[in-house]
Amino acid sequence: MSNRFEAGEYDVIVIGAGHAGVEAGLAAARIGMRTLLATLSMDNISLMPCNPSVGGPAKGHLVREIDALGGEMGVNADKTCIQFRMLNTGKGPAVQALRAQADKKLYQFTMKETCERQENLDVKQLLVDEIIVEDGTVKGVVIETGEIYRAPAVIIATGTYLRGRIIIGETTYSAGPNGQRAAMKLTDSLKKIGLRLMRFKTGTPARVDKNSLDFDEMTIQPGDDVPRCFSFMTDEDEMERIGAVANLAEQVPCWLSYTNEETHKILRDNLSRAPMANGVIKGVGPRYCPSIETKIARFPDKEHHQLFIEPEGLHTQEMYVQGMSTSMPMDVQIAFLHTIPGLRHCRVMRAGYAIEYDCLDPTQLKPTLEVKNIHGLFSAGQSNGTSGYEEAAAQGLIAGVNAAMMIKGEEPLVLKRSEAYIGVLIDDLVTKGTNEPYRLLTSRAEYRLLLRQDNADMRLTEHGRRVGLVTDERYAKYKSKMAEIKGAMDAIEKIKLSPSRETNEKLKSAGLSEIHVVTPLYDFLRRADVSYKDVAPLFDLPKISRAAEKEIDITITYDGYIKRQREQVRRMEKLENHLIPETINYDDVTSLRLEAREKMNKIRPRSVGQAARISGVSPADVSVLLVYLEQQKRMAKKK
Amino acid sequence: MENDTIAAIATPIGEGGIGIIRISGDDAIEVASKIFRPRSSAYRSLADVESYRAVYGDIVDDDVTRDEAIAIIMRAPHSYTTEDVCELQCHGGATVMRVVLELALKNGARLAERGEFTKRAFLGGRLDLSEAQAVMDVITAKTERSLDAAHGHLSGRFSSEIKTMRHDILSMIAHLEATIDFPEDDVEDVVMDEAEEKIKNIKNRVDEMIASAHAGRILREGIVTAIIGRPNVGKSSLLNHLLREERAIVTDEPGTTRDSIEEYVNIAGVPLRIVDTAGIRETESRVEEIGVRKAEKYIDDAQLVIAMVDASESLSDEDKKILALLDEKRKDVICLLNKSDKETEISREEISSLMKFDSADDVISFSTKSAMGDSELESAILRRVYGKGANLDTNDGGVMAANEREADILRRASESLQATLLTLTNGMSADFVTIDLRAAWETLGEITGETVGDDVVDEIFSKFCIGK
Repeated sequence: MSNRFEAGEYDVIVIGAGHAGVEAGLAAARIGMRTLLATLSMDNISLMPCNPSVGGPAKGHLVREIDALGGEMGVNADKTCIQFRMLNTGKGPAVQALRAQADKKLYQFTMKETCERQENLDVKQLLVDEIIVEDGTVKGVVIETGEIYRAPAVIIATGTYLRGRIIIGETTYSAGPNGQRAAMKLTDSLKKIGLRLMRFKTGTPARVDKNSLDFDEMTIQPGDDVPRCFSFMTDEDEMERIGAVANLAEQVPCWLSYTNEETHKILRDNLSRAPMANGVIKGVGPRYCPSIETKIARFPDKEHHQLFIEPEGLHTQEMYVQGMSTSMPMDVQIAFLHTIPGLRHCRVMRAGYAIEYDCLDPTQLKPTLEVKNIHGLFSAGQSNGTSGYEEAAAQGLIAGVNAAMMIKGEEPLVLKRSEAYIGVLIDDLVTKGTNEPYRLLTSRAEYRLLLRQDNADMRLTEHGRRVGLVTDERYAKYKSKMAEIKGAMDAIEKIKLSPSRETNEKLKSAGLSEIHVVTPLYDFLRRADVSYKDVAPLFDLPKISRAAEKEIDITITYDGYIKRQREQVRRMEKLENHLIPETINYDDVTSLRLEAREKMNKIRPRSVGQAARISGVSPADVSVLLVYLEQQKRMAKKK
Repeated sequence: MENDTIAAIATPIGEGGIGIIRISGDDAIEVASKIFRPRSSAYRSLADVESYRAVYGDIVDDDVTRDEAIAIIMRAPHSYTTEDVCELQCHGGATVMRVVLELALKNGARLAERGEFTKRAFLGGRLDLSEAQAVMDVITAKTERSLDAAHGHLSGRFSSEIKTMRHDILSMIAHLEATIDFPEDDVEDVVMDEAEEKIKNIKNRVDEMIASAHAGRILREGIVTAIIGRPNVGKSSLLNHLLREERAIVTDEPGTTRDSIEEYVNIAGVPLRIVDTAGIRETESRVEEIGVRKAEKYIDDAQLVIAMVDASESLSDEDKKILALLDEKRKDVICLLNKSDKETEISREEISSLMKFDSADDVISFSTKSAMGDSELESAILRRVYGKGANLDTNDGGVMAANEREADILRRASESLQATLLTLTNGMSADFVTIDLRAAWETLGEITGETVGDDVVDEIFSKFCIGK
């Protein structure tokens, strides 16, 4: 064992520089904390070990929210992505989501440079073996080479590296993703300080050589004609050149193909050799990201499974085979890939693999992402049992902010479910826990219509400003959008259209349908086929940005539905805002059913609203809790 | 949910005198003003009435007047619950109060849980601190009792029917959500026409269950029925005929508001509570004229009126007067053309031309002497219990009587399904369709006590092959 020595003091130490770690480190440093970002490998900051893409439903929403709060993911993706598609354009404004293909190396190196150039942020290659906790308070970390770094706040962002184990058929070895080093000792340290751990599993498909593919056997999947961006700071009108760093004249396509009976037969014949079948894999895998062998086993009637061939980057011939995640033995991987149109002659450059890793049971965390019983210890990302770059980044940002808020003695940032997908994500984790790698879905949000990607700035910029992450430039941009919207709305509400010939001529000239009765302009705009852009020149409405126009169109067209969701939120608000004192002893609430008492003792909800969402807690239990809290409050007042 | 608007009958049922329906919550005044119209022209609606002023007016269902009542508004925080409260004082009969409560529920209130007014009063700071424990105990006891009730009541077809409907809705939600959350996966789009068809079917089933709740209550409580007609038309004979034929239980319980005598007769399994049987006998035996004014009282109280005319004679002025009165009061009427076994002077068409009936079959050629018209009368009564299209064979166990709480939940679920259909008709996209569909699914879960979990997500992954 190396000699231990005092190596330095920080305000915040972040363990891991993946998608959670970099957001945590950047956020803390930007708020003014002296921050250490410890990574296993300087070459693998913001590594994308799985698919080369960012966004999609709920995930794209998260990126927009991270951006609105002053995080980095959106900005970085806009700079380094090489294809952009807006998904769900026909399914409603709230579920539209941007998904982009990233150049993995550009993405990493750009983020690495951002971190290295960040004031207050030290990036170092260090393997953390131990977290120092004294009297229920975190004190610092110990490095394998003996350094002791001290800090009042430590953020665990260890991803899939904790006792990571890679599995390819019968071959297994200890490693992080892509065969990197695993963190073997930290698990013991976490157990020693009293944390409950779980063992999860995830997987990734093979990468194949672009030169060996038959593209004429596959269907091309190009990007959108007009690319959209993630960051509110990126100028959409200047997106003609793709990716500020990539600087492309046009987007890079993906390719679509399908498996067939021959593929399935090979997999079926070899199912007994699948690590998930023969007991080699013990961790719990995600249902939304099943391996191809799992798909074949669970959906035997499905004749074809779709797959996308996606470029890993501009300066590599590696192509990612999306949909074919597998941990089958290598001979089986090669054999089944060779049955797929387009891949019949493919050369496999990297094998697909499964990886098992340790992670925390997230119900041990507060909604601030601080560990309940250890002051100053936070956890974010895959180490909290989630999956996905975006889920990780979102938690990283919140953990970084709250570590800083704790040190500054300011109010933590806890977002509500009605406010942000980030709120849904964290509330689900800390209230319900998870028994598989958790992926955010739009269907997990009860107020989906309010949580749109177009209004993430309107929901969150003020929060980001309050904690000190939103720059003057970003704040000014947001303020000007708000002013534009207000100005335009005021103008709209003043105008009533009379069915005069003059009005109808105007409408006709703009290709709009005529009116026959006096119609407030607001109501006229409700029609699905009428937008602000159409009527603005006709009635001298202010000229406003595209983003403001969009906001007005959505707000007016879906007015009724939006109002109803707001009303639902308002009704729940009282419970959400009703905070429970941290000192409460649920065993004193004798009228609570035993099950409810135990559950509340375990989760220790922050608010009555959160208590109501614990599984097994009934509405009557919530009523009892309310009455008890009122009783305690009045008794305290009497004294 | 806190501060949503709740309603309940605040006085014990069937104790006579005045009954109070209490409505409390953010929308209490709005709900109350939809169902109560002040008589005085000084107020356009209840919203204009100042706190604590008692206002006389009518209970209305859309534009139909159901009863008279006195309304008192108490605005927050100066009320028992410290919320906006409206109390409607009406005639204390069980039927009347149920009707008023149901109207409140139909217009935006939710049926209050046991102890809920008290809970709100305590949380609002109204009750003494010492009462906290009692309040908690009431809530806890309620849970246990309702669980018992749920186990007893929900064991049969009713609960499996609810579960089936929930599952059907869940499948639809999962399919919609799968296409939304996994747009690049190989999930077939939802065919909206098919979805609409399915939702219509589910809504019909919910509506049938609501109707069965109505049937269930009638079967428990009986239909308050008045037999009306001029003297000597055969009212007494009809009563005896019904009593003899159906071996009715004769009770001498006092009525709810006055000393009239009621008797129960059982027609095809439906109990009829026939009011003022004493009066009927008395007037018939003494050949005394029963004044139209006196008849009016009984007509007002009754849910069903059996009007009798003597078909062997032509219609008298008095007959016409009675029919006109019934028509004016829009009462639910079955008209018996008694003594139709003889030569008749009155046709069913003539009666139908004098007043409106729900169905032409409500005018029945009848004879208390023979069995003529008996089965038609049975059918007419069963129609009132089970609805027009319903299967009239009550022995198939097809009645899934829901209680009041369940009926309230079913009604809200039905509204959500209706809203979903409207969304579909307006051609809105998948996201909007899920909103009310989810509300319906969650609402129905209140009946079976299933809490909202990860069911949607579970369903998506069990039904669709999804993933990278």
